[in-house]
Amino acid sequence: MRRGSAAACLLAAALAWSPAPAQERGIALEKLRSGSAFLGADLRALQADDFANPGMLWVERGEKLWSQPAGKNARSCASCHQDAEASMRGVAARYPKVDPASGKLLDLEGRINLCRAERMGAEALRRESEELLALSAYLARQSRGEPIRVEIGGAAQSHFESGRAFYYRRHGQLNLSCAHCHEQNWGKRLYAETITQGHPNAWPAYRMEWQTLGSLERRLRACLSGIRAEMLPYGASQYLDLELFLAWRAQGLPVEAPGVRR
Amino acid sequence: MKRRAFLSGLGGAIALPVLPRAARAATQIEPHVRAITGGAQVRKGRVKLELPQLADNGNSVSMKVSVESPMTAADHVKSIHLFSDRNPVTRMASFHLGPRTGKAEVSSRVRLAGSQRVTAVAQLSDGSFWSDAADVVVTLSACVDES
Amino acid sequence: MTARIQVPRETKLGELVEIRIVIQHPMETGYRHDDVGHPIKRNVINALSCRYNGEEIFRADLSSGIAANPYLQFYTVARESGELEFSWIDDEGKEGLERQAVVVKS
Repeated sequence: MRRGSAAACLLAAALAWSPAPAQERGIALEKLRSGSAFLGADLRALQADDFANPGMLWVERGEKLWSQPAGKNARSCASCHQDAEASMRGVAARYPKVDPASGKLLDLEGRINLCRAERMGAEALRRESEELLALSAYLARQSRGEPIRVEIGGAAQSHFESGRAFYYRRHGQLNLSCAHCHEQNWGKRLYAETITQGHPNAWPAYRMEWQTLGSLERRLRACLSGIRAEMLPYGASQYLDLELFLAWRAQGLPVEAPGVRR
Repeated sequence: MKRRAFLSGLGGAIALPVLPRAARAATQIEPHVRAITGGAQVRKGRVKLELPQLADNGNSVSMKVSVESPMTAADHVKSIHLFSDRNPVTRMASFHLGPRTGKAEVSSRVRLAGSQRVTAVAQLSDGSFWSDAADVVVTLSACVDES
Repeated sequence: MTARIQVPRETKLGELVEIRIVIQHPMETGYRHDDVGHPIKRNVINALSCRYNGEEIFRADLSSGIAANPYLQFYTVARESGELEFSWIDDEGKEGLERQAVVVKS
């Protein structure tokens, strides 16, 4: 009963609203707030505790994998990139990004797998595998505190526009767009939770609901499931395009990975 | 599905007399506490149990329990036990300490299957038992609310 | 099982030593179900022990009431330099073992 009337309320409010025009921001930069602002004190403290933050278990594993040789060329990430703390600082804050050589839009996980294939002769790591999560958590951690800033012009422009269109389009059985919750109703309550602005800056994150670390892609799939829309398969281009739009939307927010979220 | 079944199950329980919170908690954990104390008296005090008043998510809630004690060979805390009046497993954990522990304080993160009272019972080297309790409101329950 | 341990690098004789450990483990409750509705079997770390140069200074009996990727913080008193040894076991019988050096200055 409650579920139906909550959705009906959102629907009614949404009917009177239309998406922001190109390049105009649905939430002004000065009004951006990280998901951490919507956490209770306990979880916020857990995220800030570099030892107790459960996501750091994956970061530590990632640190080990960084120096482990893999593939035909018997190289490790460290063979080329040496100390990640130095070489990878700020990198995660620039993703998703178009790879100039292949022209493909890549997220951090895609970049890791591209390096593995091309430079290490190693197999791609499966999405959501422990190894890929560990490496992406380790890399994202090196950008902690760095403001997100992605390129949306040139080769990235068509991806940005696709991502933007996806964000403002209605999906699924509940017929809601991302914007209905995260742009129009952020700060309001949905059952016992406060709706956040839906930013990507803390991902990969340890999500309490999963009781494990997961990627942004996994979180987006959960959103789609929540509005009863089709969950596109992992690696689908729509996710990458959406992630680029989300990163632009979150411009200036500091990377908080590994985050702790509900 | 599981949630609906759980809620309709609760509906059947409305026929029972509703005890005040403290009495309900004491009744439910009593046999489990008795298994530790052997029926000895448990006094309130000396133990401090800290949990947030409101937990975002029952899957991981910070918990700190401490007992005033010099932790010497002659006078120390032997064990601290945690009880939940709502979780499917009532005795959540037992911590065994001794003079070499130095300080009778243990922190961890617990699962809470819904808003409830958590009780800590400490056994001292002189055979006495002391307790403290903390009430927590949990908006998303562990164990019961499946994801 | 990945485990992280935090202990001060150096302590003074007689000082309290704060010990923190976090272990990667799902602490599977046994109350969850998989995608097709089958119950997922319970598997939790049920016991953990910490020894200081061979002598037990802390022991914990744990249950599904402890959160996934269990975190514990407790104390000991700095005596002689040596080693802290952490050992634990889960319901499936899988054992974990980690060691951490302790340096005590007098």
